[in-house]
Amino acid sequence: MNAHFTLDLAADVRELLAYPFMVNALQAAGIAAVMAAVTGWFMVLRRETFAGHTLSMMSFPGAAAAALAGLPLAAGYFAFCAGGALVVAGTGVAGTGSRPASGRGAEAQRAAAIGTVGAGALAIGFVLLSVYGGVLENLESLLFGSIFGVTRGEVLTLAIVAVCTLACLAVLGRPLLFASVDGMLAGASGVPVGAVSTAFLVLLGLAVAATAQITGILLVFALLVAPAAIARELTPRIALGLTLSVVFGLTVAWLGLALSYFTNYSAGFFTTSAAVALFALARAARRLGVVR
Amino acid sequence: MAVELRDASVRLGGRSVWSEVDLVVGEGEFVAVLGPNGAGKSTLLGVLLGLLALERGSVSVLGGGAGAHNDRIGYLPQRRVFDASTRVRGVDVVRLGLDGRRWGVPLPGAERFSARARSERARVAEAIERVGASGYARRPIGECSGGEQQRLLIAQALVRRPRMLLLDEPLDGLDLPNQASVAGLVQEICRTQGVTVLLVAHDVNPLLPYLDRVLYLAGGRAAMGTPAEVVTSETLSDLYGSAIEVLRTSDGRVVVVGQPEAPHHHGPRHELRGRGPGQVLG
Repeated sequence: MNAHFTLDLAADVRELLAYPFMVNALQAAGIAAVMAAVTGWFMVLRRETFAGHTLSMMSFPGAAAAALAGLPLAAGYFAFCAGGALVVAGTGVAGTGSRPASGRGAEAQRAAAIGTVGAGALAIGFVLLSVYGGVLENLESLLFGSIFGVTRGEVLTLAIVAVCTLACLAVLGRPLLFASVDGMLAGASGVPVGAVSTAFLVLLGLAVAATAQITGILLVFALLVAPAAIARELTPRIALGLTLSVVFGLTVAWLGLALSYFTNYSAGFFTTSAAVALFALARAARRLGVVR
Repeated sequence: MAVELRDASVRLGGRSVWSEVDLVVGEGEFVAVLGPNGAGKSTLLGVLLGLLALERGSVSVLGGGAGAHNDRIGYLPQRRVFDASTRVRGVDVVRLGLDGRRWGVPLPGAERFSARARSERARVAEAIERVGASGYARRPIGECSGGEQQRLLIAQALVRRPRMLLLDEPLDGLDLPNQASVAGLVQEICRTQGVTVLLVAHDVNPLLPYLDRVLYLAGGRAAMGTPAEVVTSETLSDLYGSAIEVLRTSDGRVVVVGQPEAPHHHGPRHELRGRGPGQVLG
């Protein structure tokens, strides 16, 4: 490709949009970024980052199993991440913002259980790989993503999953927030805390699967955690926080793709670097008292 | 009357917590629920909310069965701590007390066209004003002090304008001036709005100037009356089945001496609070 970055940004954008593969990539990354930013905001609020990390590892056996069965990799990603969410949900009632002064022990126990689930997922992945006989050809793209090879069909699948996930999150809405901030009182007030928490983990699993296809398993967190973490540094408001999370998610996803196009370095590298840099800036701003 | 228990017994995990308890709480009364760890104080609140079933006997709450009128009860569970990383504003936590059970999300800008959205916003503001939390309700709740968090949680319990408040150890973990001011706040709500209050506490002293009656749970039984009637050597010795001495200091404080060690049972929180004989409490 003959990529020419010029100082005329409008021309640069026109050039980016001139190639169908690039349009697919931008759409797929945009969809995954929005989905990840919203679920990620709740994940960070619920202190379930580690659960999210474990779910991202589920992509590995998922992809291996799909390859073995001759199915599209996406099917493996979604099935294993959502299924893994149910396993993680089985490790206990999810964390909440408020707790009795002694809730630490239970939390540590749950983290250990989730970690074990993650280790198990990796083991299953390796077994499936060796049964598959040899190397999964695109192991590298599995780990680091293959954004420029996204097809129209994959974009469409991603869009449908994203719309369903976001619609479910909107329905869970306030009870999910209540259960996340104050599980004890939410339960006493009649919110089905266990069911809401499990439902959220399944949605998180779907978001992780979608994101993993774009960024690769190892860089899921650039889109899942970083935008939410940046937004949290900047505001304690709920609607504003979710909005900022989406804005930052889209920014780093698209910025990463554009820089990758013009430099031929990996999009994951640029997306992650931008996310980390923004997080550092946001944290510094809060420490310095620019924002509260 | 607000609460009536007749010949009530409750078991938890095969252990009898208390039995044959009869008690009546009138409308607008401020009752402190006292007793050692494991005596079943929180269990009583659970029974009144219909979260725990009685083994025997009957319970009536606000003229219905337990749990029938929970929408008219403001409940504050045992002390919850929002640590510094909880980046949610106090006002949003209070609001969850009003609409946290409703599915879906609020529409942005709904206040412009919905009278209900406006009235809900006003109720949240009113509850926050009521507990004197307006100054810090827009800060992240994790950055508020223990006393400020407790006021916000009381506002959350008040936001649906309940007829009864069930407060589980709202003074726990607060320093003495904050204990007194929260107790005073609860009394004021009780008096001015006719709200019935059952407040679980360890120590009767910060509550003495404000409460109407105490309910003392110990040894699987209950005694109810004014502090002068209940927190006495005779009544407590009878409840515990061992010699208890109640001393009254010249400034009106109550000291209970000879209280047996609370039975150790499940729940790590009990290990955090060893309580020897001779500690100041009621």
